[in-house]
Amino acid sequence: MERSVKLECRGVWKIFGAHPETFLKKHNGAPTSKDFEASHVVGAVRDANVQVFQGEIFVIMGLSGSGKSTLVRCLSRLVESTAGEINFEGRDLLKMSNAELIDVRRKKMGMVFQHFALLPHLTVLQNAAFPLEVQGVSQNEREDRARQMIETVGLKGREDHYPRQLSGGQQQRVGIARSLVADPDLWFLDEPFSALDPLIRREMQDEFLRLQSMLHKTIVFITHDFDEAIRLADRIAVMKDGCIEQIDTPENLVLNPATPYVEEFTRHIPRAKVIKLSSIMSKGVPEGEYAGDLDGHLAVADTVHQLDEADLPFRVLDEDGKPVGTIDARAAVDIMIGRTAA
Amino acid sequence: MFWLGLFAITWGLSQFSFAIYKALDARWIVRFPKKYELPLDSWISSAMTWLVEDAHFGLFTFRDLTRFIAAVIELPYQFVRSLLIDGFSVGQGQQAIEVAPSISWIAIIGTMAVIALYARNAGLAMLAALCFAYLAIFGQWESAMVTLASVLIAVPIGVTGGLLLGILSYRHPWVEKALRPILDLMQTVPVFAYLVPILFLFGFGPVSALVATVIYAMPPMVRIATVALQSVPEEVKEAGRMVGCKPHQQMWKVMVPTALPSLMVGVNQVIMLTLNMVIIASMIGAGGLGYDVLTSLRRLDIGGGIEAGLAIVVMAIALDRVSQAFAIRRVRPRPDPAQPIYQRHPLISTSVALIVISTLLGIYLPGFRLLPESLTITTGSIWTAMMEWINVTFFDFFEAIKTFFLTTLLLPVKRFFSGIPWAWGVIVVGLAAGRVGGWKFGLMSAAMTLFIAANGLWAKAMITVYLVSVSVLIASAIGIPLGIWAGQSNRANSVIGAMIDTLQTLPSFVYLIPVVMLFRVGDFSAMIAVVLYALAPAVRYAAHGIRSIDQELIEAGKVSGCTERQILLRIKLPLAAPSLLLGLNQTIMLALSMLVITALVGTRDLGQEVYIALTKANTGQGIIAGLSVAFIAIIADRIVAALARNSQEKLGVK
Ligand SMILES: Nc1ncnc2c1ncn2[C@@H]1O[C@H](COP(=O)(O)OP(=O)(O)O)[C@@H](O)[C@H]1O
Ligand SMILES: [Mg+2]
Repeated sequence: MERSVKLECRGVWKIFGAHPETFLKKHNGAPTSKDFEASHVVGAVRDANVQVFQGEIFVIMGLSGSGKSTLVRCLSRLVESTAGEINFEGRDLLKMSNAELIDVRRKKMGMVFQHFALLPHLTVLQNAAFPLEVQGVSQNEREDRARQMIETVGLKGREDHYPRQLSGGQQQRVGIARSLVADPDLWFLDEPFSALDPLIRREMQDEFLRLQSMLHKTIVFITHDFDEAIRLADRIAVMKDGCIEQIDTPENLVLNPATPYVEEFTRHIPRAKVIKLSSIMSKGVPEGEYAGDLDGHLAVADTVHQLDEADLPFRVLDEDGKPVGTIDARAAVDIMIGRTAA
Repeated sequence: MFWLGLFAITWGLSQFSFAIYKALDARWIVRFPKKYELPLDSWISSAMTWLVEDAHFGLFTFRDLTRFIAAVIELPYQFVRSLLIDGFSVGQGQQAIEVAPSISWIAIIGTMAVIALYARNAGLAMLAALCFAYLAIFGQWESAMVTLASVLIAVPIGVTGGLLLGILSYRHPWVEKALRPILDLMQTVPVFAYLVPILFLFGFGPVSALVATVIYAMPPMVRIATVALQSVPEEVKEAGRMVGCKPHQQMWKVMVPTALPSLMVGVNQVIMLTLNMVIIASMIGAGGLGYDVLTSLRRLDIGGGIEAGLAIVVMAIALDRVSQAFAIRRVRPRPDPAQPIYQRHPLISTSVALIVISTLLGIYLPGFRLLPESLTITTGSIWTAMMEWINVTFFDFFEAIKTFFLTTLLLPVKRFFSGIPWAWGVIVVGLAAGRVGGWKFGLMSAAMTLFIAANGLWAKAMITVYLVSVSVLIASAIGIPLGIWAGQSNRANSVIGAMIDTLQTLPSFVYLIPVVMLFRVGDFSAMIAVVLYALAPAVRYAAHGIRSIDQELIEAGKVSGCTERQILLRIKLPLAAPSLLLGLNQTIMLALSMLVITALVGTRDLGQEVYIALTKANTGQGIIAGLSVAFIAIIADRIVAALARNSQEKLGVK
């Protein structure tokens, strides 16, 4: 099934410092790491090529300072790229006038920030309604819609609180409500949960997945946490020093790292956490008795208990819920303990 | 080594400059040659005359412009004044018929209390009410209301103007670049310097006073607004852009509200500086409490001066505390829109009711309009008697203190600075500045120093430098230990903090009154007034420096077995050094600005030069002397700031 490309960037560079264009030209549009070291400019994003498909969760992952935030700001044109091309729904984002850009942002884009970026003088309700207020939507309508959104993110009853009266997790829920209130198609999240405590973070990740299962947005999600990335991503782009090292599914990143850096990065990740049932099932479903059905999307680690407790194998379902294979406890345990399957 | 050598040469030249001049018969060594002196002052004066009499901008003349500005300021001022105290009347002079009364004094006190209640709580409301009641009871009401009227005009102009300039310089870096030196200059040029040209342009009266006040009070607002906007978190700005704010929405819906708490600090500053100007502004026609203080000082009427001075202080305290409370006001939940209006806005309703009722009553019962004189108390004679008693009883004691300081500190320092030959002065300033701030800054400083000498102001400038040095020395000697103490103990901090707050709330002139009463005119009085005024930053920055040291470092010291004393000397002080230097910088700036005011008590420095220019309305002379003070301030400011930066870099803190 081929999905349409929502957002695409080709050969995007972002260089901070004096005269970035001249610098780029001097090195024929492709300066190397050495060139950067020898100069006073920073190559925050280097030759990024990304395609984000309609409805997927695209995660950009990398250590702090690797250029994730800069890349996502190039994609939303909060930062002007030094070079490159960005297409949003087939339109050249970089050629848009200011008025067009404002229009696109109002109707089609939403963004969540690491430190929430709420307006301190507005209540929860007013914060959530803010994008609509800016668009000139009438007070009644915007407050109705904001109220719904607040309920969706689970903050009902706190509409009249001010941001500083809320915990970090609650504040980020307001940030999420604000970013979704105008019903955008493309949703940017820049390390939305990094400022939260680990327990809250997990809770928010679940909440995020629940929202996405309802809303089906196209998502660009930034994180420096690989566990978070695997939990959420359909595909992951790994960044290092401004370069994208590899773009792939979590499973492929772990099983087939393209560069030594990615390998190093994924080494500590238990295979069972990323390998999906559909990858290790035996194809074909012979007639017989089964303990039940499992979604082929699930990671081995999440199902191993179930598999182990049952005496019979399970059927594995594809995306449409059709049985396509079978799996038993032994295959799962092999992966868990790292025994290569015969 | 560099500094020691420089000092040794300077000292030697200073000691023997007079002898050298005699020996070589070279008078130019101690005096800048008369025939090379720049006639700048007369040029400026004639330029000003031309401006006022002949300048033409196509459609309108310069005079039209000043008249227009005057009208724009005068109208609202007269309105507020009528509202607060004069009442509204038609007709002129004797034939004037009152058509509407001024607001009742009770209503004004009540409204102040309501505003304070809104800003914080009942305690603050009580304070505000007491302060304003004080003004009524002690017979200062009418003058106080005249002063309040000018505050109510100057503050909004200063705040709005400052905010708009701040927005411009936030939006356009070149505006900030262009404004910065002007603001630096505005904050360092003594007020007296622009009183003269303003007087020349607008004539004697409240308009001149308001213009001077706004010019004086606005620069910090510009700076604070710029910084406040710049420090809105990047993410908040991005959030605004991502929801599709147009530029004006971004400014007024995102930036300004987010920066509001910091902006309120600026508003507080504007209010305090406005009150600071009250007395000075009355020299060019402000009237009110400032005028009362000024006339008392001139008549040496101790009681009257103290009474009016205290009234300014009381008003300053009330306005300061209330405006500070606004800066940190907690937002309350919004009222339920279903309720009737008087329940939703109980405070506004109360004060409107109070104003209407008591003002209407005032039409029939004069006691509501103004507190009857029979009920007011005057304390003037008590103060006079008290001062006299102190003077008689402790005369010898005060005299001894004064003599001690004069002979051991003031006179030697004065001799040192006065002896420095101007030519060497130019060189040494250039060298020192170049050493800390690079050769460009060195050249600039040397040029500024030369400007002072070339205008024949070398001797007076050295007196200024001497007075500032001594005052800063003493202010630091008192302030830094106090600050360190406050930084280490919470108890000391609250006491010292309150003390410093009060000192800073006092308008600068007020210090002069008791000091002159006790020590009479002269350098020593000037020094004490300056020290009192300039003490605050030394204390504040020291305390802040000590407090902001990383707790872990102190614990590390304790674990390695340092005694309290070692921790203070080896850890806290070195780490607080940048902060101490910043405090020093502020102390110097305040000392310089206060110094000019002390010309009133008979110093013979640049301040006196400005004061003379003011009385003679000599624009050129006033501006040149003012610029000279500003140059000294700029050089000192940059040198100390560079030192602070260097020490920050050395410690790796920023
Ligand atoms: N406005 C800026 N000016 C100069 N350098 C910047 C700016 N923003 C980011 N950088 C640099 O670009 C690099 C990437 O930063 P960033 O995109 O914030 O990384 P990440 O979000 O992955 O932590 C860093 O080296 C950072 O110092
Ligand atoms: Mg980041």
